[in-house]
Amino acid sequence: MATTKDQQPAHEIRPVTQEVRIPERFLPTPTIEPGHSFSTITDHISTIVLRKRTPLGWLIGFMMALGGVGVLTVSLGVLVGKGVGIWGINHPVGWGMDIINFVWWIGIGHAGTLISAILLLLRQEWRTSINRFAEAMTLFAVASAGLYPAFHTGRPWYDYWLFPYPNTMGLWPQFRSPLMWDVFAVSTYATVSALFWYVGLIPDLATLRDRATNLWVKRAYGAFALGWRGSAKHWHRYEHAYLLLAGLSTPLVLSVHTIVSFDFAVAQLPGWHATFFPPYFVAGAVFAGFAMVLTLAIPARKFFRLEDFITMRHLENMGKVLLATGLIVGYAYAMEWFYGLYSGNVFETFMLKNRATGPYAHMYAMLWICNGLAPQLMWFKRFRTSPFWLFVVAMFVNVGMWLERFVIIPASLHRDFLPSSWGMYHGTFWDWSFYIGSIGLFFALLFLFVRFLPMISIFEMRTLLPEAQAHAEGEEH
Amino acid sequence: MSDNNTLNFTEFRARIGDLRGKEFWRSLEDLSRSEVFDDFFAQEFPQQAQALGKGVDRRNFMKLMGASVAMAGLAACKQPVDAIVPYVNQPESLIPGKPLFFASAMPLGGVAHGVLVESHMNRPTKIEGNPEHPSTIGASDAFMQASVLNLYDPDRSQVVRRFGDTATWGEFVAALSAVANGARANGAGLRILTQTITSPTLGAQLTALAAQFPGMKWHQWEAVNYDNVREGGRLAFGRYVNTHYDFTKANVVVSLAADFLGEGAGHLRYARDYMSRRKVRAGVTKSINRLYAIEGGMSQTGGVADHRLPVKPSQIEAIAREILAGSSANPFVAALIRDLQANRGASVVIAGEEQPPAVHAVVHAINTQLGNIGATVLVTDPIEVAPVNQLASLRELVRDINAGAVQSLIILGGNPVFDAPADLQFAKALDKVPFRAHHSLYYDETSNRCHWHIPDTHFLETWGDARAHDGTISIIQPLIAPLYNGRSIHEVVGALAGGLEQSPYQTVRAYWVPRGGDDAAWRKWLHDGVIANSALPPIAVAAAAPPATNNQQPATGIELEIRPDPTIYDGRFANNGWLQELPKPQTKITWDNVLIVSPKTSEKFGYDPHERDKLVNEKQTRFAEVSYRGVTMRLPIWVVPGYAEDVATVYFGYGREKSGKIGTGVGFNTYPFRFSDALHGGPGARITMSADAPKIYPVACTQEHQSIDPKVVGERGLIRSASFAAYQQNPNFAKDPHHGSDVTGHGSHDTNMYPAYDYSNKHAWAMVIDTSVCTGCNGCVIACQAENNIAIVGKEEVVRERELHWLRIDRYYRGDVDNPEVYHEPVPCMQCETAPCEPVCPVEATSHSEDGLNDMTYNRCVGTRYCSNNCPYKVRRFNFFHYSDYDTPALKAMRNPDVTVRTRGVMEKCTYCVQRINAAKIEAEKQGRRVRDGEVVTACQQACPTDAIVFGDMNDKSSKVAQLKAQPTNYALLEELQTLPRTTYLANIRNPNPELAPAQAQHADTGHEG
Repeated sequence: MATTKDQQPAHEIRPVTQEVRIPERFLPTPTIEPGHSFSTITDHISTIVLRKRTPLGWLIGFMMALGGVGVLTVSLGVLVGKGVGIWGINHPVGWGMDIINFVWWIGIGHAGTLISAILLLLRQEWRTSINRFAEAMTLFAVASAGLYPAFHTGRPWYDYWLFPYPNTMGLWPQFRSPLMWDVFAVSTYATVSALFWYVGLIPDLATLRDRATNLWVKRAYGAFALGWRGSAKHWHRYEHAYLLLAGLSTPLVLSVHTIVSFDFAVAQLPGWHATFFPPYFVAGAVFAGFAMVLTLAIPARKFFRLEDFITMRHLENMGKVLLATGLIVGYAYAMEWFYGLYSGNVFETFMLKNRATGPYAHMYAMLWICNGLAPQLMWFKRFRTSPFWLFVVAMFVNVGMWLERFVIIPASLHRDFLPSSWGMYHGTFWDWSFYIGSIGLFFALLFLFVRFLPMISIFEMRTLLPEAQAHAEGEEH
Repeated sequence: MSDNNTLNFTEFRARIGDLRGKEFWRSLEDLSRSEVFDDFFAQEFPQQAQALGKGVDRRNFMKLMGASVAMAGLAACKQPVDAIVPYVNQPESLIPGKPLFFASAMPLGGVAHGVLVESHMNRPTKIEGNPEHPSTIGASDAFMQASVLNLYDPDRSQVVRRFGDTATWGEFVAALSAVANGARANGAGLRILTQTITSPTLGAQLTALAAQFPGMKWHQWEAVNYDNVREGGRLAFGRYVNTHYDFTKANVVVSLAADFLGEGAGHLRYARDYMSRRKVRAGVTKSINRLYAIEGGMSQTGGVADHRLPVKPSQIEAIAREILAGSSANPFVAALIRDLQANRGASVVIAGEEQPPAVHAVVHAINTQLGNIGATVLVTDPIEVAPVNQLASLRELVRDINAGAVQSLIILGGNPVFDAPADLQFAKALDKVPFRAHHSLYYDETSNRCHWHIPDTHFLETWGDARAHDGTISIIQPLIAPLYNGRSIHEVVGALAGGLEQSPYQTVRAYWVPRGGDDAAWRKWLHDGVIANSALPPIAVAAAAPPATNNQQPATGIELEIRPDPTIYDGRFANNGWLQELPKPQTKITWDNVLIVSPKTSEKFGYDPHERDKLVNEKQTRFAEVSYRGVTMRLPIWVVPGYAEDVATVYFGYGREKSGKIGTGVGFNTYPFRFSDALHGGPGARITMSADAPKIYPVACTQEHQSIDPKVVGERGLIRSASFAAYQQNPNFAKDPHHGSDVTGHGSHDTNMYPAYDYSNKHAWAMVIDTSVCTGCNGCVIACQAENNIAIVGKEEVVRERELHWLRIDRYYRGDVDNPEVYHEPVPCMQCETAPCEPVCPVEATSHSEDGLNDMTYNRCVGTRYCSNNCPYKVRRFNFFHYSDYDTPALKAMRNPDVTVRTRGVMEKCTYCVQRINAAKIEAEKQGRRVRDGEVVTACQQACPTDAIVFGDMNDKSSKVAQLKAQPTNYALLEELQTLPRTTYLANIRNPNPELAPAQAQHADTGHEG
């Protein structure tokens, strides 16, 4: 239930013997700052989109992101022209930054759906002001992630062989391969996330259509609004569709990263072959996703003056999620040691020893600092409610989750069973340029999103207002 | 050309003979823009030439162009012109897709290595050893396997050159006859410089030439020349002799720095014979032989020795004398002496060619004393046509040149500008000779300094003959007409003598006809590849007492050992990519030469071991400044366990300046360290860490784990070994209860939820590799490369760990880092029955065949590399770039037509030579029978000199492979992973002397301890 300051906390009903001043910190922080009405919300959010003058800051940011897209284009051109040999992969290490970055992006792409779907089903209304943004981030992260499996193959022009389509060769893909499962998991996830996002946008697109003054802008939004008129029937159908999609997305949040973890868990390589990988990966994905939402929301909130809508309560809650998932991830790191040592398996034991003391020990130490130690700050309200510290911790987690995948993938592959085949892995210029390029693509899409679409759901925000509560309470959901 | 316009057709024909037409050309321009051709064209059709001269109109231009191209094509007929046996007499045997095999011989260092050449439609594609040949007995080494690449090498010299410009053979012959005429009186001032020659025909030609020109002198020089062996024999027996060995009868072998298993004449035969006494088979083997190696560096022989004593090379003479005297204070030598004396007449003492003649003389005396001569050590007349001290011969040549006594020098083969001892300053002397011609396969450093260069023929292109290590004669028959207009050495010598008309075939045939070579015999000789019973008979001799030592002063400082490179030899194979990329037997380094020292020595001159380990892990090292007798060189340091303290080894052959696209500028030229009075190095080297930039040097090493805790290897059970005594007590020592293998060592299906696939009524291809007899010689690695069209990737890519060899030889050390035992373990694909690579491929590009092969469908592979990640043996190889050369036409002709040439982005792997399996299966099916044991021979198995690799059908209980699988010492690599590999290993069994290492003699374990 939404709580606002003018609702009386339960304990104040008790007889008051003396004047009690409830300390500020015990009062729940609002999900929307007071003083807003339906129209101010609509005005504020839609103006960001409909204003004629593009802010200079946006232009600069977008140009930088476009530069990243340029880097991506060149990287992909060289990659397809010359082959994956331009990367640092080699014989013991068949997967390097291609798969690290794939898993990293896919992990980031988890927050959106989690916030939209699971928190919706759990009736966590504070999600409302961040879900649109998080969903968009999810889509763009999945788009960036999708580049990697598509281009990491030796002959990307034959990637379509991974899809089960009737063909003259009479061949199907090999359904036992986790990579095959990946194809289905990721493409399903991308499809459902896109639909969920789009369906959620329809009422707001109609609002924009109605408020736009320029004819062509009106028509453009009108086309995408699919004739939404806001009739009760429309709302009825909308609510059903949205709930259904939320229901569909929920298992996907768990399944996608579970299946991504199977890429490793199904293999028999020490460091990959572990039964706890699915929950470990899902927790890690949520961890990474929330960190990225924080990374993006904190500056956006400042830049677009959305502090009233993305309040400290949101940031604090995300900080708590970060702490909770961070603890799960830390637990998984500890369990790796337990399983490895308890198994008595020489290969597992060696793998752990090599992780801690081998050539990539510094990566492993940094992983613990970023993902194990940094989130511990979230125990303290002081840090949880400081946008600066939240941003710092989120950045640590972003780096830490990349390191985690580095430690899992190349650092396990580089020294496996036969010492004669051991080697080293180092990312090359093209590894990094592809990574930077994918970040560029992500931000370019994000910049387009914040310019052309309402980054906060207007109609859902309006339901958060006290005025909406009277009748909303009864019929909500 | 004659100056007048009349046509001299005789002259013309002589010259046009040079124009055999290029079989391959890059473009029509390239083909038709031959000035020489235009010359001839103008000569033969003067009216057309005039038309051209008047200015070209389009129509005429096209006509002339078309004609010239067509004519060039006509001349490009590639069948050998002279009769080679199966083809000419049985043309119906030439079936497309069916290879034919011809016997021939590869001369290296003058000595014949008998080969069988696989020929597809007149294109030689693969070399095997000739089972009839005494030196190769069906096996082959890296040089033999790689020689087919040399044949097609597009960088080979393709045209006669004068001062570097294109010329013709006719012009050269004219120039040569001018020289010969000038010297007609007695040939004074005419010199010939050849390499070592055992060819009786060439010998006869040169003898005739010497008779024609009494003043002429014939010099010989080869960088790897066996002068010490020759001179040692003369010290002992009073004349030049040839010594060879029968290791089948030797119970105890002592090697004094002799790498008889790894290099030199007859090493394949010696490896086969020696290892035939080390194959431990349950219930059959009652005893095995024992090898002591005393050496400075770590040779292949030292690596497999039961006992190895690392000493400075200069100390070996003293040890040899102790053995002769029969007593020593050194317990190692004392035990060795007792062992030798207990095996009189059944032992061999053998000295390395780097050792001075005195050591060889002492060794002959020891063998005489032990009664080995005539039993295990066979002394015959020399196999060379004219044995000489080659160093003295070269020295005399240089002295005469400097004295102005040499008017013309014909260099037949070799590359003395590059490989002559530095202090002789051969290149400087050569420049003083008024007429100098060089006949060689490549336009190299020497060609560059000569007036004339004549392209040589490859041994697969021409006729010839040569003797094996025991004197057996082989006729070399060509498989293909010269690809690049080469001229045989017989033709050049013939031209000098004035016998221009005689082809090499006629020359060789003419020599042999009066020596029993009638048609029938000739055919048999060619067919067999050897002339039966032509080995030189042993002579009864006894060695004289060796001369007293003159080497009394103890050597101080670091001793430099200068040895031929194990893969590019004296530099002649520098342009051979296969050999460049072949990991050198002990160091596993490719594409380079380094300064090899022991860990202790490197620390002594200041190489910090922590820094070293860190660098080595990244395939890098630092430079050392090596000063030896006034020559200072910067060389990358490489540390190899087992090198004697204060010994540093450098290989020569690298640092070629004019070799070809592959070999030029690779590595460091260490010939400046070779002085004529110390060809093989000596004491007095100073080594310091180099302070100059660049400090770090990348080394393309394919396997490096000296920094790795040896415990890691031990606890994984990768190498299982025991002494022979321990084996006899517990033959099942290799069965590790912790590793869960059943008695057959083939793993078990018990732990699998699913029923096993039923292979019982099919073939079940399998392989057993006997690690006891593997010397790590690399023959299999390169045979696999040749058979399966495996591309080379280059130094940078090897540094990035992307080499493509399907078969690698893993090397592990055990024990003391100063003197470790070395273990070799060839690792091809294990063809796991439950292969981890298969279920992870999303497109089913790798799948299991019904006879148990892990097949790879190249054209289905999209290149996710997941299979490689999931392969515990890491035997899958990925084409990160487009490594295969699709463009060079000559290389296309070389490839095995039965094997796909892989494109980029595709995974590849060992298939147990599935093309050979299928050929045999088709043949068997036609005859309505099962494939017989031994009918399918994999390329690696075929090359192996010691028969360490055995392949066959495991379901056939009488097959060799099934019998070996039943051996108690059979074990599988990583069997606890339940991959059920079809490739298994026989544990390594050594035979240490209980007297020397009582503790060691008892050990039987499944791996290493630090």
